[in-house]
Amino acid sequence: MMEFLETVLTAKYNYWIYIILMMIGIWAMIAKVNLIKKIIGMNIFQTAIILFYVSIGAKKGGTIPILEHAPGHGHDYIMDADKYINPLPHVLMLTAIVVSVATLGVALALALKVYREHQTLDEDEILSHLSE
Amino acid sequence: MKKLASVTILLLGIMLIAITAEFPRWGDPQSPASTYLSPHFIEKTIEETSVPNIVTAVLGDYRGYDTMFETTVVFCAGAACFFILGAFRREDDDQIRYFRHKDTGVVLKVKPNGTRPNSRSDFERIDPTWTPYDFIVSRVASLMIPFIQLFGLYVVAHGHHSPGGGFQGGVILAAGFLLLALSHNLRTLSARVSNKTLGLMSASGVLIYAGWGALALLFGGNFLDYSVLGVLLGLDPIAARSMGILIVEIGVALTVMSTMVIIYNNVASVGAYDEGL
Repeated sequence: MMEFLETVLTAKYNYWIYIILMMIGIWAMIAKVNLIKKIIGMNIFQTAIILFYVSIGAKKGGTIPILEHAPGHGHDYIMDADKYINPLPHVLMLTAIVVSVATLGVALALALKVYREHQTLDEDEILSHLSE
Repeated sequence: MKKLASVTILLLGIMLIAITAEFPRWGDPQSPASTYLSPHFIEKTIEETSVPNIVTAVLGDYRGYDTMFETTVVFCAGAACFFILGAFRREDDDQIRYFRHKDTGVVLKVKPNGTRPNSRSDFERIDPTWTPYDFIVSRVASLMIPFIQLFGLYVVAHGHHSPGGGFQGGVILAAGFLLLALSHNLRTLSARVSNKTLGLMSASGVLIYAGWGALALLFGGNFLDYSVLGVLLGLDPIAARSMGILIVEIGVALTVMSTMVIIYNNVASVGAYDEGL
């Protein structure tokens, strides 16, 4: 039992949380009929991916990827790759956050346009309008 | 439909959780993601770019292409919002308009084709659904906005040595504009920064980024290789990389800031640019 706790639960529980979040998001995108709820689901999905990437970059005992000045010297820097967390996922997610805001903006604009056209955001009602 | 979706999602979730058994431990320094490229970035960034913040160096220099197209994506999102919500609607003159005197609160109703107050006079244009501003909210917001903007500029300029850079600083600058629009109304914001200016700023940010990269071609380097631009800036190649990152970050900040405001303006007023929310 203790072995299971150490080798599986504490080592992997972060991935499980992201998978659960991601499934909530994708479920909202498929099962909800309201377009705004679908957009919220898309945002939850994106957040899960962002958290997943950031956790890939984590290192136990590592600090943020901004190099420290060594004490007493002007331009000597402490160079030990294990002491700094992986900067690459941070860069990728930095841009992904801004892009997720941009996609949210475009999705809301489209939802507004759909609402103006059909006076509803309910997917089933829009479909019945379209088939008339 | 809902049941089918739930079952599919549940199965997919169980499969994904089962596959995490193959994943490296959380926080393992020897995980595959941390052993291939990242040690190079951590150890060589100072030598190659003289930027202590590795994230900024990777964003602006090592992965410059990626960031350039990311900026273009943000610009395209702003343009898409602008085009989707029908921006070319011109206001007709055969409408009743309302003008409010700023000091006394007297409202004028101007009939179609009537004489309207001069835009520089003490009257401001309002919508029929106008509600008075809350005094405390509008004053506190007016006091806070300059400091928010100053902090945004600091975050852009200090991205080399502390967390920050073009994307974050641009969003903080946009937050200042949006606070003005929320605490007063959209017309107050449009009177200070017109939609045309915002569009031009959004495009010029991308132009600064791509132009700075293309300038390197003229000086005999590769696209986005800032080190050859040291001749232009009077710096050695390593310092020129650091300065080049700052210049492209300014371009990113311009694009992100104006695009966020464009998206807000369009979505909040459904493309009409009236008083908004």
